[in-house]
Amino acid sequence: METHSALYQQGQQRLAALRQLPARQDQSLLERMQQYGISRRDFMKWSASVTALLALPLPFSNLVAEAAELADRVPLVWLHMAECTGCSESLTRADTPDLDTLIFDHISLEYHETLMAAAGWQADENLEHALEHYKGNYLLAIEGAVPTANNGAFLTVGCKGHTGLQSVREAAEGAAAIISVGTCASFGGVQAAAPNPTGAKGVHEVIDKTVINLGGCPPSEKNIVGTLMYFVMFGRLPALDMYNRPKWAYGARVHDNCERRGHFDSGEFVEQFSDDNAKNGYCLYKMGCKGPYTYNNCPTERFNSHVSWPVLAGHGCIGCSEPNFWDDMADFEKPLGRQLLHGLDATADTVGAVILGAAAIGIGAHAVASLFVGSKEE
Amino acid sequence: MNQRVVIDPITRIEGHLRIEVEVDEHNVIQKAWASSTLWRGIEVILKGRTPMDVGLLVQRICGVCTFSHYRCGTEAVENALGVKIPLNAQYLRSLMMTALHYHDHIVHFYHLHALDWVDVVAALSADPAKAAQVAMKYSDKPLAAGEGDLRAVQERVQGFVNKGKLGPFANAYWGNKTYRFSPEQNLIALSHYLKALEVQRVAAEMMAIFGGKQPHPQSVVVGGMTSVRDLVNPARLQEWQTKHDIVADFVERAYKADIIMAADAFGAEASVLGGVNVHNFVCSDEFIGADGQHIFKQGVILNGDLKNVTDINPDLIAEDVTHSWYKADKPQHPYVGTTIPEYTGFVERDTVYGKLPTVDGDNKYSWVKSPRYNGEPMEVGPLASLLVNYAKGNPLVVDAVDDFLKRTGLPLTALYTTLGRTAARMLQTAIVAKESNKIFAALITNLKSDESLYRKPEIDPDKEYVGHAIIEAPRGMLSHWVRIKGGVVENYQAVVPTTWNAGPMDANGKIGPYEASLVGLQLEDPTKPLEVLRIIHSFDPCMACSVHMIDYKGQSLGEFRVGPTAC
Repeated sequence: METHSALYQQGQQRLAALRQLPARQDQSLLERMQQYGISRRDFMKWSASVTALLALPLPFSNLVAEAAELADRVPLVWLHMAECTGCSESLTRADTPDLDTLIFDHISLEYHETLMAAAGWQADENLEHALEHYKGNYLLAIEGAVPTANNGAFLTVGCKGHTGLQSVREAAEGAAAIISVGTCASFGGVQAAAPNPTGAKGVHEVIDKTVINLGGCPPSEKNIVGTLMYFVMFGRLPALDMYNRPKWAYGARVHDNCERRGHFDSGEFVEQFSDDNAKNGYCLYKMGCKGPYTYNNCPTERFNSHVSWPVLAGHGCIGCSEPNFWDDMADFEKPLGRQLLHGLDATADTVGAVILGAAAIGIGAHAVASLFVGSKEE
Repeated sequence: MNQRVVIDPITRIEGHLRIEVEVDEHNVIQKAWASSTLWRGIEVILKGRTPMDVGLLVQRICGVCTFSHYRCGTEAVENALGVKIPLNAQYLRSLMMTALHYHDHIVHFYHLHALDWVDVVAALSADPAKAAQVAMKYSDKPLAAGEGDLRAVQERVQGFVNKGKLGPFANAYWGNKTYRFSPEQNLIALSHYLKALEVQRVAAEMMAIFGGKQPHPQSVVVGGMTSVRDLVNPARLQEWQTKHDIVADFVERAYKADIIMAADAFGAEASVLGGVNVHNFVCSDEFIGADGQHIFKQGVILNGDLKNVTDINPDLIAEDVTHSWYKADKPQHPYVGTTIPEYTGFVERDTVYGKLPTVDGDNKYSWVKSPRYNGEPMEVGPLASLLVNYAKGNPLVVDAVDDFLKRTGLPLTALYTTLGRTAARMLQTAIVAKESNKIFAALITNLKSDESLYRKPEIDPDKEYVGHAIIEAPRGMLSHWVRIKGGVVENYQAVVPTTWNAGPMDANGKIGPYEASLVGLQLEDPTKPLEVLRIIHSFDPCMACSVHMIDYKGQSLGEFRVGPTAC
């Protein structure tokens, strides 16, 4: 395992290389920020929070800050497959007010069907230009699953009538890195739930390159932006878990950092939505919360500028960042019990059956404790 | 010699849409074809699942109107099970609908539609001081349109242009003569485009307060709502009110002003004066108001006859697939419809860009079906709701419409246009903004004596249930239909707004609102069909919604099941 200092050095090298590229804008980022009323101090605070988000030590915030200033030299191509556009919607919620628009300005957004001004033939031209002109250097983000049944004909895009499958393969060819944004692109998502009528697949299943999977339906805006920033800083992929999700975001279970965890440990559970226990913020395990089986940073980062997350809103986690969750974790309002999920026990990753088994036993013990509490009150 | 123009992808929409038109030697559109080029399949996935999961699954039909399907699916199940939800839950759902309408309509106008009206490049030659004066003409207190604001925006965008690298603004139809704003007006609108990016985040946060997140909130359940901690938390309630006021302020001082400005500047533009050629409209009841009555009422208008608004009769709905990539020999009521894919692909032919695959308009050419009401195509959406409610004399709508017409000097017939469709969306938002304050106050009053938010539903596995919900999504009338047997979903169907508007020609040769809106339109330059975008965007297309369809095989009305090939 690399030490932080090696990583820091790598980050510096990466930024030095970026600095060699021709500048796109005369005005520095700082000048532009001042124009929008954002001080250097605000910017450094933002950099520190991104650094913390990436689970890096504070000195790295200098790199984050510098990377933000150089980020405009990384072209981004964003493709839409079989999807609902929820991930793009999530991206546009990127928080830390005002700065996100600068991040938008900063990454060169070459192609994004929901946001770009060009359409039709001219949009196709933009895509072709980006793939050719920035070959080997562009970031490729894909939103949505790839329909593969019927030779991919369930989706065509563009004047030339290419299938989604063709587009993904072409764009992946010259990409410096590929990010599957959301559970659909990562694992097939809702359209791949049984019986998967269109043969929908995750991107990594139809190409031969490494893909970063940002599970989540949708992933939070922070997980999307944070992953882009990691690539900009280090010029390589972040450490990934067994499903190729960045460990900095998906390294801990929702359950581990849940605000209701104390109630779980005390055997205090919500018995019915909106009951008095719910008003007291008790644990939602008995209401079907899949937090113990789900790896994501929702409890710490939340959604929509930290406003909330599903468990705060009184609904259990549905496990949306996990493969096959639509099948494996349904019925969502009931606990899974000791059911093992998608081969967690069969991997060499540190995350495995031991932890899951322990959780199930723990949950059993708490359920008993909760019954005991109940009978005492009666 | 007629020429074919292919526009694919139609960008700045949700989903995958291809529009093709045929123009004559004067560049007048003779024929138009709307084709959806993606097919998903969600209802078939619902079969055999618990009705309690329906809302979460159908929500994934669309990440834009992310709350509409969630609520509609949940309410269809509530209707089937005979569940009456507590008043607080009704109010919360209304407030969340407010957040969605705010979000959808603002994002639609500014980030999806505005670049059809605003020439970004032309905004660079504006005089910011003069533009600040112009802004005063359309609002007493213009937002983000002072000289300093406008100068900063101009300098920012100038930076892009100087480097010849426009990012998301690259290769658009800048300079097209059908852009009608003056440089100053362009600059004002551009400033609001950027300001709206900020405001839409606030609208999304409103949804997240009671919904946990946005998109795809997670607090609606069969029987009510789960976000009781937020409901009884005064800090949370106040947070909602504060964010509400920020967005409402933007609606009044920017959104409304910009539409009036557009009416002023685009009054002579053909692609704005026309665009409504199907004069049939339908909408549903929407928004439980403070008094328990709906703020917007349902109704049907045929042939533009505002004097005879009838109630919706669900039996008169049928779907035709003559020109859709499915097999079926006649129009079918949704209850007995089949969906058997029959993809026939494209046909190679000459276009203005050379040889390309094109839709086979004589045969099948879209994944969207063609819903018909009593055999007639119908337009749905905010314009439909506005016209129905205006015709019914709904005072909220009558006042808003009359005020708008007075301020723009336009006649009532101006509503039957691309401008009318775009203005209707803004007027709906403004009405919702006013009424949601009353809903919020009613919620507070009710909370003094009642904190209930949920009633546990009961399902008897030995009983069969049938239910549906019809609501008004931001894009128009949306209905979900469910049948439950053995405690699980036996079958499910959604009939969505974009299907009504975007469907292809039917067996009788009748075309839907999208296609009809384009015929007769003259293009300035067929290789840069900006006018087509302007009209199609005014419908706010949402293709993921319309291509999830799955129907049922059945022998007779009332007996339906999902066939093995149905998807």
